[in-house]
Amino acid sequence: MISLKEIIEKLKFEPLSFVHSLERQVTGGYASDLLSCVIKGATKDWVWVTLQSHLNVVAVASLLGLSGVIITEGNRPDLETLGRAENEGVVLMVTSKTTFTVVAELSSMGIEGEGSEK
Amino acid sequence: MKRNVIKVSPDTPMTELKEVLRINRISGVPVLEEGRLVGIISIEDLIKALVEGDTQAPVRKRMTTKPITVRESESVVEAVKRFAQHKVGRLLVVNEQGELKGILTGGDITRGLLEAISLDYHAEEISRYRAKHIFEDIVSDQTSLILRYKVMSKDIKSGGKASSKLKRALDRLGALPEVIRRVAISAYEAEMNLIIHSDEGGELIAEMQPEVIRITVIDNGPGIPDVEQAMSTGFSTAPNWIRELGFGAGMGLANIKKCADAMNLESQVGVGTKLEITIFLRPDSNGESNQPEVKKQEQT
Repeated sequence: MISLKEIIEKLKFEPLSFVHSLERQVTGGYASDLLSCVIKGATKDWVWVTLQSHLNVVAVASLLGLSGVIITEGNRPDLETLGRAENEGVVLMVTSKTTFTVVAELSSMGIEGEGSEK
Repeated sequence: MKRNVIKVSPDTPMTELKEVLRINRISGVPVLEEGRLVGIISIEDLIKALVEGDTQAPVRKRMTTKPITVRESESVVEAVKRFAQHKVGRLLVVNEQGELKGILTGGDITRGLLEAISLDYHAEEISRYRAKHIFEDIVSDQTSLILRYKVMSKDIKSGGKASSKLKRALDRLGALPEVIRRVAISAYEAEMNLIIHSDEGGELIAEMQPEVIRITVIDNGPGIPDVEQAMSTGFSTAPNWIRELGFGAGMGLANIKKCADAMNLESQVGVGTKLEITIFLRPDSNGESNQPEVKKQEQT
């Protein structure tokens, strides 16, 4: 297993919320901008890669108990979203990379999306 | 803090100080002259005196004359700051007149914090225990706990608040993690449907019994023209601005169906929609695993 901290350091993501929880382990990953797809496909302790940066990203991540959310292509959550993320204990990270690149890099670190069929 | 402080006078010889420290197994003492705090002397000061052969010197000669103090009226946080700032092992506690009232060590603060954490933890444990046993503690022929959440139409920013509260409630009631996940997902999808599609919002009502949770989601319109079509994966009537936010994938009802042990959707155009979701709280409550039997009822 690999921690959020290792991922952030290696892939140079910028953590924005709940940053004292970066030792949390990551067991898999999922990428989608459709929230219901994430609800169906992602599971606890995974990272979610998405373009979306609004409040409901936090709601979905909290709902599923995700390890963190990687927001791609330079999108940044607003202060209200960051506040909600702090309250809900959700780690939000941002990067200027595309979702495709992030997924490829995560995969090269051994993070897989296998077993998403629940 | 420790109130009965061992102290010495400025005229105490270093040899006598050595005995005071040894007998009481302490590493330093405050120095008082006629009841007034004038300094502090530590075991390090004693060792230096011994090395230099200055054993007959009075404490006055070797003591630190400006000891680090904290007023007894100051907060623990201030005391912690002072420990960090001066890197000392003990703080002398004085009153407003500068009179010594006690001595505070890092260990005292750690013990205090541990006691506070322990009390909080104990209180939380009691609270959780009571919540978990609510159905056993309250005797009736059939006990239900009903939670109601109002959901506003088009209030996207509040999306997930009701389901999040319901999730926390189930956690406090001691539900199984997998059950909590299924309830939370069902409730979230239903909540978002109310926000996105209802004219005037609606209500999410969760009725909990020892074996089962029944979630009813009601609105007063506009109603679904074709329930069968609405149930099919990928079908969506969400406007573009909603889709751009990642909603309206046409998977909400399918996700609910997947999580529910039973689901019933009734809708009438111009009247409203009623969605009922049943989830058993224990794996053996329905005699089988999560294989939902979906009942759909279309009204015209």
